[in-house]
Amino acid sequence: MTTEHDVASAEPTVDYGPGRPIGPKPVPRRFHQARWDEPIIFELSISGARGILPPLTEPAIAAVVGNPADALPPGVRRERPPTLPELPQNVVVRHYDRLSQETLGADLNIDVGQGTCTMKYSPKVNDQLIRSHRAADLHPLQDESTVQGMLEIMWRLERLLAEISGLDRVTLQPGAGSAAIWANVSMIRAYHASRGEADRRTEIVTTLYSHPSNAACARTAGFDVITLRPDPTTGLPRLDDLRAVVGERTAGLLITNPEDTGIFNPDIESFVRVVHEAGGLASYDQANANGTLGITNAAKAGFDLCHFNLHKTFSTPHACGGPAAGASAVTARLAPFLPAPTVERAEDGAFYLDHDRPLAIGKIRPWYGVAPNLIRAYAWIMSLGADGLREVAEIAVLNNNYLMKRILEIAGVTAPYAVGRRRIEQVRYSWQGLTDETGVTSEEIGWRAADHGVHFWQSHHPWVVPEPSTFEPTESYSRADLDEYAAILARVAQEARADPDLVHTAPHRSAVHRNAHAPLDDPDRWAVTWRAYRRKIKGEEVDG
Amino acid sequence: MLDEVGAASVDDFYADIPPSLRLDRPLDLPPPLRSEAELVRHVEELLARNRSTRELLSFLGAGCYQHHVPAVCDEINGRAEFLTAYAGEPYEDHGRFQALFEYCSMMGELLLMDVVNVPVYDGFQAAATACRMAARLTGRRFVLVPATMGRDKLSKIVDYLRPDLVVEEVAADPATGELSLDALRAALCDDTAAVLYEIPTYLGVVETGAAAICEIAHEGGALAIGSVDPSTLGILAPPASAGADLACGDIQPLGIHQHFGGGHAGFIASHDVLRVVAEFPSRLFGITPTAESGEYGFGDVFYERTSFARREDGKEWVGTAAALWGITAGVYLALMGPAGMRELGETMMARTRYAMARLGAIPGVRLPFADSHHVKEFVVDLTATGRTAAEVSAAMVERGILPGVDLSGQFPWLGPSMLVAVTEVHTRADIDRLADSLAEVLA
Repeated sequence: MTTEHDVASAEPTVDYGPGRPIGPKPVPRRFHQARWDEPIIFELSISGARGILPPLTEPAIAAVVGNPADALPPGVRRERPPTLPELPQNVVVRHYDRLSQETLGADLNIDVGQGTCTMKYSPKVNDQLIRSHRAADLHPLQDESTVQGMLEIMWRLERLLAEISGLDRVTLQPGAGSAAIWANVSMIRAYHASRGEADRRTEIVTTLYSHPSNAACARTAGFDVITLRPDPTTGLPRLDDLRAVVGERTAGLLITNPEDTGIFNPDIESFVRVVHEAGGLASYDQANANGTLGITNAAKAGFDLCHFNLHKTFSTPHACGGPAAGASAVTARLAPFLPAPTVERAEDGAFYLDHDRPLAIGKIRPWYGVAPNLIRAYAWIMSLGADGLREVAEIAVLNNNYLMKRILEIAGVTAPYAVGRRRIEQVRYSWQGLTDETGVTSEEIGWRAADHGVHFWQSHHPWVVPEPSTFEPTESYSRADLDEYAAILARVAQEARADPDLVHTAPHRSAVHRNAHAPLDDPDRWAVTWRAYRRKIKGEEVDG
Repeated sequence: MLDEVGAASVDDFYADIPPSLRLDRPLDLPPPLRSEAELVRHVEELLARNRSTRELLSFLGAGCYQHHVPAVCDEINGRAEFLTAYAGEPYEDHGRFQALFEYCSMMGELLLMDVVNVPVYDGFQAAATACRMAARLTGRRFVLVPATMGRDKLSKIVDYLRPDLVVEEVAADPATGELSLDALRAALCDDTAAVLYEIPTYLGVVETGAAAICEIAHEGGALAIGSVDPSTLGILAPPASAGADLACGDIQPLGIHQHFGGGHAGFIASHDVLRVVAEFPSRLFGITPTAESGEYGFGDVFYERTSFARREDGKEWVGTAAALWGITAGVYLALMGPAGMRELGETMMARTRYAMARLGAIPGVRLPFADSHHVKEFVVDLTATGRTAAEVSAAMVERGILPGVDLSGQFPWLGPSMLVAVTEVHTRADIDRLADSLAEVLA
């Protein structure tokens, strides 16, 4: 059994004497996650139990058609019922409610520890709006006259995002940020193909601190990928490095700014110009746009394309990793390549879908996009307006620079690159000093942070900054929140010095203890499903 | 806070943004709706211009279906913990990992396959990635798909497989709507990476030749991919039973609202073979022991496959996709159980056959694949009525009915025709109303 020795010493002496106020709350708070020790859902199965009853065939229909499933030929009809669990409804609810309690949603914590992901508060009212049957129960191919409201929301959202980006047209089709990157890569490819240069323009340039999907989408689309590394002093890609690799083979540049370091690249216009001079296109990954809303945009720097993550900058909830929503914006020159359909407004004011787009790239996803998140993002922007969006950016940036000051007060932590300069909306830190001193790694610090009820994320791969962490406070958190987060990490650093084993063996107050990691990378032992586990590890017979 | 960081104003933080990049005017956005009451009024006024499939009688499908969404599904995916979590470690988000592992496990039982991914964006993406996986596994360039595939899905696959892979369509048997095995044999070559078949097909026909398709593909050295609607798997054999190497599809029918087409999420499944698992781009969550006896832990399996680990050297790419829909589908399958999935399939199949009987009896209406098996969707040919599908739809909408998806633009060879979807939500009275109204419109 794990003991809670780290908590016991922090507890005040209990005195039940009359009239005495309850003692002060300790900082950090005495968090403990729910630990339900839930079985796998199959283990809860009760033979014959039912969670919900679907409608049965009416006798009057059966009288006409019988049971057509019985006529399915052998081999086409399922031979044995699937080995799904059999559960009463209350057991299903209890199980999933317990699992939800073992999940640290952004609503429950000071979620500044997931840098690059803009974990801002998602207003509850927007969740309510999308549950209306006039949003949730619309089919995408309904007669356009019956979905004018939905089309209008999409039409308006496109215009809002066009104004924010400074570009001309926007597709809301991508299911998330990486899908929007894919859409942009596909449009770059189609643009060059339309000019007869598809065979020649075979290279995409990106940077190491841009999201991995920029490089990965480009490769999937058939491009050779050239990655610019950061300058060790400034943390930024070098213009000279770009000039050295750009040429007649360049199809485009995919670049984030600020990159994951939070440092704004002041030469971004020159980067775009160099690529344009070589005949390439420039695409701005605006996943990190939260700190620059209303301050600068893609058009100002001359970009041809950009994309936003509506689940980051525009507040739609992250949903355990989607459904999210992406939006790709382009200049008028590239608008013909946007995927079909676009939402247009006729002269009589009616909204319609335009499928007649001969130069359009292929579909990015079915239909028109993740509609519930389009409604949420629209509502969020409408609740703020221009001044509100700028205030979002300014508070996010203030919060970030304030948190940086607090974090850098922890001995052993640095913010590599551009020393002494400001950051925009996030910072990539290094805990190398603390690791050198205590042997505790940033990964272990993260696991121990979970014991205090917060998340702590390291970095995209590869880890260029040693023992990294990346924090992005957004506009949603107060000074007290940021102080609490910094105090938690200061406590963990203190624990690393005083009792490194406590951190090495974390978590202690989570829903679970430390995983055995090796089986997850061992083909003989990994099990991606319960049936694989039963077959491989328990040696049981499974169906099929 | 400014004092604490030694800044005179927030402008100090933007010192690195040159003046030439600064916006020289405020954004031109509508004035904000600063109170929640005003915001709700505004958005509800817009939504009020929609008429939902709860108000209209809808027989629209074509990949997005009106099924009953159990209250528990909405309850669980509305839980703040699930709704607002993101990318926590297994130690913050144990519940998220377990719920997704269980979703994959229940899909595995439905599909009779041991490996199922954490959802990708949608069924289109799942099919496109399955084709790329097959091409990497075989080192071949051609992918064969049914000519009856929906044009949007085909568009996605063609674009996603560019420029190195080529998609070719295989004709259907005009009598049955099923894939023509002769055409398949003729199309196969020694550079065919995969044969992707759909069950049911986009036009609603149960592909009874699935086992033969898989056998022909394998004889040609290609892989077989079964793209399947999981709501039919209580009664239909899964692709694995027919011999398919990969299964893929969309889980929107499993407890997720239509959301104007925003409720999709995709699955890819395979047997537990190392070289196949190595080709998945998606997250795979596995079960593992923890430091505590009797405790289940969960984490990423074979993370080094992914672009998260290796950027462009990973398999395709991975990112935020549709995890909460996966959890929702897991809840759905847990509620339904084996009996529920069988009843769902039988009810859909019987009501669809009843609808076929009623519509097929209307003078001038022809059901081109009437003798084939259908689970939840079928084609209605209006040629002999002299009316277009658009005309008929418009007249039906006036009667409060969305009768089906107009197929004329997608498949000119079908003539003026509609794809009609019938699920467990459609009662006999609904079907009778559809048939009576259609007869009236066509009279």
